[in-house]
Amino acid sequence: MAKNTELSAAAKKRNRRKNLVAYAFIAPNFIGFAVFTMIPIVVAFGMAFCNWDGNNAPQFTGLKNFIDLFQDTFFLNSLVNTFLYSIGTVPLTIAVALGLAILLNQKIRGRGVFRAISCFPYVSSIIAVTTVWRMIFHSSKGPVNNILYNAFHVPKDDLPQWFTGHLIILSYILFSLWKSMGYYMVIYLAGLQGISGELYEASDLDGANVWQKFRYVTWPQLRPTTFFVVIIMTIGCFKIYDTAVLLAGGSNMSTSAMVLVAFIYQEAFTKWNMGYASAAAIILFLIVLAVTLFQFKNESKYAND
Amino acid sequence: MKSMTEKRKMGKAVIYLLLLIVVLITVLPFVWMLSASIKSDREVFQMNPFVLIPQEPHWDNYMKVWTKIPFAVFIKNTVILTVVVTILQLFTSSFAAYAFAKLEFSGKKQLFLAYISTIAMPWQVYMVPQFLMMRRMGLNDTLLAMVVLQAFSAFGVFLMRQFYMGIPDSLCEAARIDGMNEFKIYANIMLPLSKPALATLTIFTFVATWNDYLGPTIYLKSEMKKTIQIGLQRFIGQYSSEYGLIMAGSVISLIPVLIVFLLLQKYFVEGIATSGVKG
Repeated sequence: MAKNTELSAAAKKRNRRKNLVAYAFIAPNFIGFAVFTMIPIVVAFGMAFCNWDGNNAPQFTGLKNFIDLFQDTFFLNSLVNTFLYSIGTVPLTIAVALGLAILLNQKIRGRGVFRAISCFPYVSSIIAVTTVWRMIFHSSKGPVNNILYNAFHVPKDDLPQWFTGHLIILSYILFSLWKSMGYYMVIYLAGLQGISGELYEASDLDGANVWQKFRYVTWPQLRPTTFFVVIIMTIGCFKIYDTAVLLAGGSNMSTSAMVLVAFIYQEAFTKWNMGYASAAAIILFLIVLAVTLFQFKNESKYAND
Repeated sequence: MKSMTEKRKMGKAVIYLLLLIVVLITVLPFVWMLSASIKSDREVFQMNPFVLIPQEPHWDNYMKVWTKIPFAVFIKNTVILTVVVTILQLFTSSFAAYAFAKLEFSGKKQLFLAYISTIAMPWQVYMVPQFLMMRRMGLNDTLLAMVVLQAFSAFGVFLMRQFYMGIPDSLCEAARIDGMNEFKIYANIMLPLSKPALATLTIFTFVATWNDYLGPTIYLKSEMKKTIQIGLQRFIGQYSSEYGLIMAGSVISLIPVLIVFLLLQKYFVEGIATSGVKG
């Protein structure tokens, strides 16, 4: 009996030692992660229900921030713009990235080189590429409008103003497509290479044409990849900030150019409405959460079929 | 038979043509950037005829950049920031990932869940309280704020853990029987084996930190602390019509990240491919 308790004491000691070793491994990262990520996340949810300038004591105001947000046309505009941008960007980028991946999945020379080049825009700094973009699409001097004018005889007054008015959202979409299509193509390419060749051989025997092969083999087989791509791309779209601010030309954005994160930034760092900004940030979180949950639900519905 | 091969050849030609168009669309803005960086402001938008390399290239654009703004300081700040963040990220992530993948301890599930649940949380959701906290700590307008902001990501821990899960446990068990302690197993066995994952994490962290824009916009206010991204932006605002100079600055800002990308390109592709397929 005495021996037994002695043993379990030793086991306990060993266990404690094991725990301590593991915690020592985790601590350097976890302390930083807890202090600079977890605590701010918790605080963000609290701040959303307060009126706070960041200096004086915060006042609890309940749901007031949220009610005000949905009566704030500037906020509603930024929300609509962000949705429009996301709805435009996600399907378009998926279509182009998948198309490119299918092309590149054929036996062709120079695949590696092409893959590397197509990731250039993705790794390039946003300042450099948006500046070039603003030059190329410059309304009066840029080469794009120059071609429209000279080759397609678009009258001077009808030349598109890419960075003002309603076209700005289209500019965001086209720019994002250019910047990230290579990145998503690489993901799709990996997905394609995971599809067993036997499936295509079987469909050959059944006399399937190219479209049928895509429809009944490639697309269903790529569902896990598409699931992942839709989630990360949509989240990425709702976070749009740099692209918008730099393409629209400065942080003082007009209603038609405004996006959600730019709204949060303005409220927080130029108007010091910390609580109000956090409420808008919570809306961003809820959207991202909804997209993720919706995709998971969709995915499990298919997985059960 | 002949028509089959001909058809196939036609198909190949169409594929190459489409890919060529995509390459052109991808590359043309960069070509424009390089070309504009050696032009005078008058030549930049000259279209009829468009010349790629002007007769008198303005190489001096690349000299002027360094004197017009504290470009060297911006680069120095960005290099320090990127190197420190990347090293911290590699060490702390692989350290924590080793415990999550190869050690048993109480609270493992809960701790890992804490990491996982924040992986999809946009930083923009909590950037405001984070800023207020940093300011209270006296870190506003310091590079240190940018370091702690980016060095401890859930993504790094997750990526490294996924890789370690693929290494057989028996390897660690054998080492334990040989009397190696956990730190030695980590340093002598796991770390050397995880070079590909470390390379992937390096390139992701390097690119993200080098190109970060919103973080430095919020935190770095004084001129001598700015990174190259926001430094360049101020330059663009100040000398908005000196396109040649702006483009020269842009080219310089791209070079380091492109070099790192080309060196570790293989791991970048593998990294996004595996994270994409496995979800």
